[in-house]
Amino acid sequence: MFSAQFSLSIPSQSLHTCCQRSALLLVARGLGSSSSVSPLPLHRRFLLFLNQRFYDVEMLLSWRAHMKSRAIEKKNAYYGYTRKHYGPYIASAYYILNMKGGFRFAGQTDWFRANQRGKFSWDFLNHRDAVLEEVDMSYTVINYTGLDNLAGQKSLRTLSLRGCSQVDDWFLARLHMFQDSLEELDISHCPRITTGGLAALRNLKGLRRLDVSSLPRISSPGLVIILLEEMLPQCQITATGYDHSLRQDSEEEKVDFMQGQQ
Amino acid sequence: MTAWRRLHGGVRTTRGLLSSRWATDQHTWLCGHLTLCQSLSTSSLLRNDFYKDLEAQLAAMRKKAADALPGSSWTPLEINPNLPPERADVVIVGGGVMGWSVAYWLKQRERVREGVKVVVVEKDLTYSQASTVLSAGGIRQQFSLPENIHLSLSSAEFMRNINEHLGVLNEDPVDLQFNHSGYLFLASEDVAHIMEENYNTQRYAGAKVSLLSPAQLKEKYPCVNTDGVALASYGLENEGWFDPWTLLNAFRRKAMSMGVIQCCGEVTDFKYTVNKVPTADGDHLDCRRIKSVKQVQMPNSREYQPVECAVVVNAAGAFSAKLTEKLGIGSGPKGSIAEFPLPVEPRKRYVYVVHCPDGPGLDCPFLIDYSGVYLRREGLGGNYITGASPEEAEEPDTSNLEVDHQFFEDKVWPRLAHRVPVFEKLKLTSAWAGFYDYNSLDQNGIIGVHPLISNMYFATGFSGHGLQQSPAVGRAVAELILDGDFKTLNLHGLGFRRILAQEPMLERNIV
Ligand SMILES: Cc1cc2nc3c(=O)[nH]c(=O)nc-3n(C[C@H](O)[C@H](O)[C@H](O)COP(=O)(O)OP(=O)(O)OC[C@H]3O[C@@H](n4cnc5c(N)ncnc54)[C@H](O)[C@@H]3O)c2cc1C
Repeated sequence: MFSAQFSLSIPSQSLHTCCQRSALLLVARGLGSSSSVSPLPLHRRFLLFLNQRFYDVEMLLSWRAHMKSRAIEKKNAYYGYTRKHYGPYIASAYYILNMKGGFRFAGQTDWFRANQRGKFSWDFLNHRDAVLEEVDMSYTVINYTGLDNLAGQKSLRTLSLRGCSQVDDWFLARLHMFQDSLEELDISHCPRITTGGLAALRNLKGLRRLDVSSLPRISSPGLVIILLEEMLPQCQITATGYDHSLRQDSEEEKVDFMQGQQ
Repeated sequence: MTAWRRLHGGVRTTRGLLSSRWATDQHTWLCGHLTLCQSLSTSSLLRNDFYKDLEAQLAAMRKKAADALPGSSWTPLEINPNLPPERADVVIVGGGVMGWSVAYWLKQRERVREGVKVVVVEKDLTYSQASTVLSAGGIRQQFSLPENIHLSLSSAEFMRNINEHLGVLNEDPVDLQFNHSGYLFLASEDVAHIMEENYNTQRYAGAKVSLLSPAQLKEKYPCVNTDGVALASYGLENEGWFDPWTLLNAFRRKAMSMGVIQCCGEVTDFKYTVNKVPTADGDHLDCRRIKSVKQVQMPNSREYQPVECAVVVNAAGAFSAKLTEKLGIGSGPKGSIAEFPLPVEPRKRYVYVVHCPDGPGLDCPFLIDYSGVYLRREGLGGNYITGASPEEAEEPDTSNLEVDHQFFEDKVWPRLAHRVPVFEKLKLTSAWAGFYDYNSLDQNGIIGVHPLISNMYFATGFSGHGLQQSPAVGRAVAELILDGDFKTLNLHGLGFRRILAQEPMLERNIV
């Protein structure tokens, strides 16, 4: 599309020189007498056109981003109606399946899951009073608002958020709602999590297992993992996917640093 | 055509790179759904890179095109870029976080593009003395006044979505470096009942706070000495600390991208008219109306330029009373409203950075002891910052920002070491001082119009919590200016009425 416009308007001139020239022209005019009103020359009209048009393109790009986040918000909207009519457990289950996640009720061995195309069976409706024990939201677009749909799960023991693109520090800071029951948490491969969010995991004192592998935004993973282990002494922390040499480096760095301080 | 060729080049290289990038990305993100997503994600990868390139190229082209157009600001003559315009709708005095927040919200809420012409005047672009960058960067909801709790809650929500508000197309996203560690307030026997009442107010307002008995406190924070502690309250969510510079710069960047003009200079005087307005009891009030911000003094030069304006926002932080002085507030005849100066004054507060390798590490909350001492972690290398407010009678001299190290030895360290014994062994590594924009009446923000200056809006006097409230306060002031009243949060309680009536709106502190 753009190439067509370009070649039509200025087949032989580069945009750059074109800009320069018109700028020069402008200067010359500005310094000389005030110009008479004449129809704008072609290249000036073209520049005007570009300026107006590219604002639109910019708008379009931001609009595109906006629509994308709107879609995610919509998926994470609060399931108030289901909650009112079917209770919190069914509402949560329904939300999880809609997000293409999976869960297991307490006292059962089978998992309920949506298939690749998002289809799932409605059998879970038969378990109105069953409570959720394990939830797998890996690679879904669950976000801060979506967490409302899991609120009230007092027996949630395992939660996997592996590779969730929308899970950020604010999300982690909200996980205290499961502080009495949560034992296993997987937040590996989440692109938004930083150290500032990991600090909030201190509220999950019952945690026995934590997976923090491959978090791209953790800057000195070696040090952070040591600090995490100190913070959650009863918890077994898995942290793979970090450059081992790097890890040692930062450990040494910490030691060096401390010695430097003393 | 060069630009266009570059664009093409960009696409080609993306394609070339794709095979290798694909392998690594595949490995990290898509382990579960290999086959299904393959074709999809290939194209999305390509698309993403393509758009990024395109966006950058378009921005560059558009800039060139705009520069060359008639009516653009580009001129061949070198002019002083800091020279303010002759006329503006709103002049904001003070380019700290408050000033820029108000500027952003004015632009955000204007009804037509370029509908409001906003100028921010800042005297020191290095911000060497501004409270914003010298603060401790904390945010909490543990207040007793509903106004303060709501201001902080909505500011936290703003920070959570900061990139939706302050993200700028083609620029890096904002990373506040927000550290999610709650405030831990400790109360002694005498004040435990206040803490409980505050807790109820906070829960009612929607803040996620929990109360801890000394035993629970010991269990959750083994490093804290619970001697003398009767009750503790701990913020579970929306509390912590962040980088004040980043917030200030994000507001500034966004506001300027929306057309706010920044100029460097000091507001030294105003040109105003005085109207005599009769009151009910037969008296009259001298109502001032600012016509222009009289002198915007350029640094290193003797240029002066008055800026005509309709509205002035006083966001000059600790020094905002200096501005009202110029309008005769505080020097009026006895018994008149003009007798009372704006009750905002600078008060010096010290922040000490200590190194303590055995400290609580990542587990460190923002601790506030009932003795007044606070503590929080700074970074990951075993550093902490601490401090305390001095007694009213021992307020330090505010003519400079020198640090009193004796204060640390006498007042801070002993109390800190008593509360968290690992800090008996520490090393003071550095320290700084900053000015609180201290409201001497009740230590809370002043938001609204002065009854005697019909077009000066205030956002000042926030004492120790202005940084965290700035996003919500900016919105409130913009609402006052553009809509004539508060729309989102009712903040009438923080207006001038209490100041005139000398009825302080005090926080029920446990410290
Ligand atoms: C040690 C310390 C710790 C703090 N800790 C916290 C905390 O943890 N959490 C929190 O929320 N808050 C905290 N605060 C308070 C917070 O920093 C302030 O309330 C807030 O920054 C006020 O912002 P401001 O924009 O009004 O003021 P400032 O940042 O001071 O900005 C005012 C600006 O106005 C400019 N100015 C002044 N007069 C003029 C003039 N005549 N012409 C032109 N420009 C002028 C100044 O140069 C300055 O840059 C702390 C403050 C201090 C000192």
